Amino acid sequence: MNSIAHSPHAHAPSSIGKVMLTVMLALAPATVFGFWLYGWPAINLWAVSLIAAILGEAFVIRIQQRAVKPVLMDGSGILTAWLLALSLPPYAPWWIAVVGSLFAVVVGKQIFGGLGQNVFNPAMAARVMLLISFPLEMTTWGAPLPLTSPNGLNLIEGLRVTFLSQPIDGMASASLLGHVKTEFTRGIGLDQALTGFFTPMDALWGMRAGSLGETAALLLLLGGLVLIARRIITWHAPVAMLLGVAVPALIFSLIDGNHYAGPLVHLLSGGVMLGAFFIVTDPVTSPNTAKGQFIFGLGCGLLTWVIRTWGGYPEGVAFAVLLMNAATPLIDQYVKPRIYGRDSKGVALPAKKGA
Amino acid sequence: MKLFDRFFSGMRGGVHPEGRKDLSAARGIRVPPLPKKLFVPLQQHIGAPASPIVCVGERVLKGQLIAVAQGNVSAPVHAPTSGIIIALGDHVAPHPSGLPVPTFTLACDGLEEWAALQACDDPFALSAEDIAARVAAAGIVGLGGATFPSALKLNLSRGVQTLIINGGECEPYLTCDDRIMRERATAIVEGISLIAQAVAAKEVIVGIEDNKQEAIEAMRGAARASSMKVVAMPSMYPMGSEKQIIQVLTGQEIPAGGRPADIGVLVHNVATAFAVHQAIRFGRPLISRIVTVSGGAIKSPCNVEVLVGTPVQELIDFASGYSQAAARMVLGGPMMGQHISNTGIPVVKGSSGILALTADEIGHDAASPCIRCSTCVRACPVGLLPLEMAAHIRGSDLAGAVDLGLKDCIACGSCSYVCPAHIPLVHYFNYAKGDLAAQERSKLKQEATKKLAEARGERIARIERERAEMMAKRKAARAAKEAAAKAAAEAEAV
Repeated sequence: MNSIAHSPHAHAPSSIGKVMLTVMLALAPATVFGFWLYGWPAINLWAVSLIAAILGEAFVIRIQQRAVKPVLMDGSGILTAWLLALSLPPYAPWWIAVVGSLFAVVVGKQIFGGLGQNVFNPAMAARVMLLISFPLEMTTWGAPLPLTSPNGLNLIEGLRVTFLSQPIDGMASASLLGHVKTEFTRGIGLDQALTGFFTPMDALWGMRAGSLGETAALLLLLGGLVLIARRIITWHAPVAMLLGVAVPALIFSLIDGNHYAGPLVHLLSGGVMLGAFFIVTDPVTSPNTAKGQFIFGLGCGLLTWVIRTWGGYPEGVAFAVLLMNAATPLIDQYVKPRIYGRDSKGVALPAKKGA
Repeated sequence: MKLFDRFFSGMRGGVHPEGRKDLSAARGIRVPPLPKKLFVPLQQHIGAPASPIVCVGERVLKGQLIAVAQGNVSAPVHAPTSGIIIALGDHVAPHPSGLPVPTFTLACDGLEEWAALQACDDPFALSAEDIAARVAAAGIVGLGGATFPSALKLNLSRGVQTLIINGGECEPYLTCDDRIMRERATAIVEGISLIAQAVAAKEVIVGIEDNKQEAIEAMRGAARASSMKVVAMPSMYPMGSEKQIIQVLTGQEIPAGGRPADIGVLVHNVATAFAVHQAIRFGRPLISRIVTVSGGAIKSPCNVEVLVGTPVQELIDFASGYSQAAARMVLGGPMMGQHISNTGIPVVKGSSGILALTADEIGHDAASPCIRCSTCVRACPVGLLPLEMAAHIRGSDLAGAVDLGLKDCIACGSCSYVCPAHIPLVHYFNYAKGDLAAQERSKLKQEATKKLAEARGERIARIERERAEMMAKRKAARAAKEAAAKAAAEAEAV
């Protein structure tokens, strides 16, 4: 007996592999910029992250006695490792990348049941795990050493930084948010703390100390717009997240400009741009309606700002995302689209006779 | 501009499948040669099958009634051409199961000799009841694909505010409605006017997707003298679905579980309007329809006017056969059509297209896990959460799927079409709907059994009670008798 194929007998030319590939392409400009800005150590760290994720995932799939190739080919594990790498300090040692990547794909994803089953964003879960477990390595920042500059590191020096933890002479620096936090503890207000440390144009381009791929705000925005244009993501979550950060920042900076940083500082620092376009748009861990995604993004933005402003850590994107991930099932439970012919409560619309 | 506003307040979701209508849109309607044999099923409509009234061996004329409607929801069947009925038995039917249904086999004599027809020179003098009766007698059913008996719809919709004529034809590949509008606009417009008269509609809107400019112009030209509006609608699937076309053209929604008449609307397809014209003006029953033969594996795609009962294979031969091996044969459009595995099945009243698709056109891949990307949520024109419904059905939680709106699903296939994980979502939903129907049937059966069992228990108890009562009565009578005898004996002894 022939098997009967069910309608529809036509399908859009898309696949999960293509979706993941598009996201990676959208990440590429910011990533390449990060490679240039921080040189060989950044490239090494990125490569180590990806390799660890691929090997780790393959191993776990083998243990489960499932076919390895289709799982690896969907590209989701690689994308997770890529996102994690972009959120790491570029001069971090290799084992940070390995531990983080393995945690992301094994604990963050496969233990939950694999692709589509995880509750928390694997990259952010790994980043938070690393931050809590290895605070020193995760908050040691270095000033940019562009590949093309005379004091840029060559391949061998880069390998020494990544694999032998060789310190970079006199280059220890702080991220913007970390710097502000430290200055506050010394009783120094924003007006002085930001002097020479924050220039909007540099922040826009990303010429500053920070995570591997989080500094180039404009390039991340560009990648995000590509994803929106290709209909991989919608504007709801990113716009909501940016609003969630910017609106309270604006209000509080108007109230006390010396203590609360303005919206531009918040938007162009830390992981906000990467988070808005590439993290809160993760389909698996975000709500599945446009309205739900907006609420989710707004929550991520607000929590990020709250953690940055009043929390113990200088940066809050990863924590905010995980907290909102936990709220996703709740949002999905209460935010549902109205069904045709029914009101928003699901009750059938009243009939009215036309005559 | 008004329509523009309506559209944005109107249909949600929807998809843009590749149209592929260019394959056959330019081909005028042609009539293929008469087949040697026609296979005319008794059931070509929703409802009870028709009941045969001619015998095997009998000669029938073209248009002669050969099976009458049975019950309220049914439609009669007529001989598509003149010839001899050589069999009445099971034949493979246009149903995915491939199961046979009772079917007339008609050996055509090639004379095309018409039966006496009840033509009407002044159809607009007919009463509403008369029009509906003639539509019923002509065996007309909804030709958009639903095949609901049209006369019943007319009778249930009398006095509606708006009559919508569906020229959407949103399914890819299909061009049969496009061609009939281009070539037979005048007849369609008269048919529409007759339908409007039969239901006393106050407003008539003809909705046509804007990818059919020639059809729009032809219909506008034909409708110039009447008050009906011919409206260009955006080309988007599933624009031609009843719920969606009403939403787009009137801004209203059919209440859940209701019918269009609940909001004063009646929807008929353009081909149905043409059939109504033929039936009323000339008395011709529905014995033929326009079918699109297309697909990447068909050598010369075309639109043909086909007698009901013509085997699919004849039409493929008429379209010069295959240009390459077809990966899948489909009856209807690619979005909602049925996969058929036998080209011996006949064309029936509801067959709009015959497609021979290549593997590239189908573009189907093995399913991978859902990444909750919610592309299906954005595509759903009804506002459902296909991914959540499918997850519940996978876990055999049908009740959960129903809570999420499973019964509101129109099975349009938009979600399956866009799913990047290639999850056969509509398959899940139709499976669940079938399972629910089976559960409901078995529940009814259980209830009936329970009722019967209870009745039996009561009956047995009653009989036993009565028997016991009778026994007691007899015992008492006997005891009284014995007592009386004893007393008498005692009295005698004294």
